[in-house]
Amino acid sequence: MNQNNHSYKSSHPVLQVSSVSKSYGKRKALDEITMQINASEFVALLGPNGAGKTTLFQLLTGLFVADNGSIIIQDFDIRHHAVRALAGIGIVFQQATLDLDLTIGANLRLHTNLHGINKKESQNRIHKELERLDLIARINDTVRSLSGGNKRKVELARALLHQPGLLLMDEASIGLDPASRQSLVNYVRELCSDRNVAVLWATHLVDEVEHADKVVVLNHGKLLADTTPEQLINQTDTAGIHEAFLKLTNNKQENREISA
Amino acid sequence: MKLGHAIMALQAICGREINKFVRQRGRLFSALVRPALWLFVFAVGFQNVLGISIMEPYDTYIVYQVYIVPGLLGIILLFNGMQSSLAMVYDREMGLMRLLLTSPLPRWYLLLMKLIAGTVLSVIQAYAFLILCAIFQIELPWSGWFYALPALILGAMMLGAIGLALSVYIKQLENFAGTMNFVIFPMFFVSSALYPLWKLEDAGADILHLLAMYNPFTHVVQLIRFAFYGQFNSTSFGVVTFCLIVFFSLAVWGYDPQRGMTLRKGKPG
Repeated sequence: MNQNNHSYKSSHPVLQVSSVSKSYGKRKALDEITMQINASEFVALLGPNGAGKTTLFQLLTGLFVADNGSIIIQDFDIRHHAVRALAGIGIVFQQATLDLDLTIGANLRLHTNLHGINKKESQNRIHKELERLDLIARINDTVRSLSGGNKRKVELARALLHQPGLLLMDEASIGLDPASRQSLVNYVRELCSDRNVAVLWATHLVDEVEHADKVVVLNHGKLLADTTPEQLINQTDTAGIHEAFLKLTNNKQENREISA
Repeated sequence: MKLGHAIMALQAICGREINKFVRQRGRLFSALVRPALWLFVFAVGFQNVLGISIMEPYDTYIVYQVYIVPGLLGIILLFNGMQSSLAMVYDREMGLMRLLLTSPLPRWYLLLMKLIAGTVLSVIQAYAFLILCAIFQIELPWSGWFYALPALILGAMMLGAIGLALSVYIKQLENFAGTMNFVIFPMFFVSSALYPLWKLEDAGADILHLLAMYNPFTHVVQLIRFAFYGQFNSTSFGVVTFCLIVFFSLAVWGYDPQRGMTLRKGKPG
């Protein structure tokens, strides 16, 4: 595998999460989560606020460590080989992480330097990514001058510069207008087929997941479903993803109340 | 981690800090105003009250303005070290810290890069202050400009490491005022920056004297003071080096997701 090209060729899953739990004090944020993502799959992680999506992302990105269970990213356990595991993932955080006063180019160069990509290669990749996202003309503009949608595009471009095998999108469409949201979803969807990238797309907006290969539903830290959108609709005997999601999470809520 | 990757990342982080420093045009000015007020107002007013007798490393009587310069260089390093911790808290709040912490580099190295970047800025500001001293004819040995460099670097790293360790515990920017009151001012006043420690002893302030003796900032100031006259203060060197290792280790521990305080800061979501 090239040092700066982490697209995944193995037959193993790109991401394997096994029996992962995480508690904050007495509150269990994640409870025995098991899931996996294969190369070029677009997996939607769906859950209401407080479901545990952000906690799961924090564990996947090594910001926190699971209380138990394991997370294997492209054959590397993040607990024991964090550096190697992190090299293979691209991340678009829920919260903007760009330096607003730097230009687009400078923000992207900072990232390539942190990933050890040499100057020439860095320039090539930055130009390619910005061309694909129609931002090349603005390479010397400061990030502060960009619209919300374009800032998200820059973050996406940055997440792809080191050619990761796994792309993590943590509620990346928050604050975008419907057209920008759809455009972002479509672009990321194309990444799966064109570049073999596996995507985990966390959201609580159901319309973003209709064309996902798989839907993983989290609620109160528990995994309620890990299946295709069609199967989810069939299993819940509903007319669409939106209803299925509501039925699943409301039922769970009712069950919790009954058992309490 | 490959050496080329490590150097490239270090250049990027230092470059970003210097770029930010250059963009914030008032920062150098405000960094110089603080020690300049001490030097040109406080020291002038108190030079007769706080006359300095012959003591190491000086081999003759010196004016108070000369005595106070190493302490003021120390305060520049101290303020910038704490400002670096402020920057860490800001970066964490603004999410930039996440970008760093999810880079494929060991956590200790990411923190070391931040520490080195802060040290570069501290030393630049210290030399800018020395230029100011030279313009106003404060008599310092020119050779001291060269000899003091290692002491300034070591001192800046140690004080920056304190800032890094503090940034683990400071959750919000607003808490920086507390850092000023409970860290910077006590470290500065209970040290040899403004007066020699024997003056505290003479005044019968035994507890203050003891605190000052064990204050790491005292040893940063003494290391710089001795270095200016081409002398090596081994005790201060030992204390500063020891404190650098301890505080940097604490910071690495604090930022380690497996063991540190960051674990306890997480919230479900």
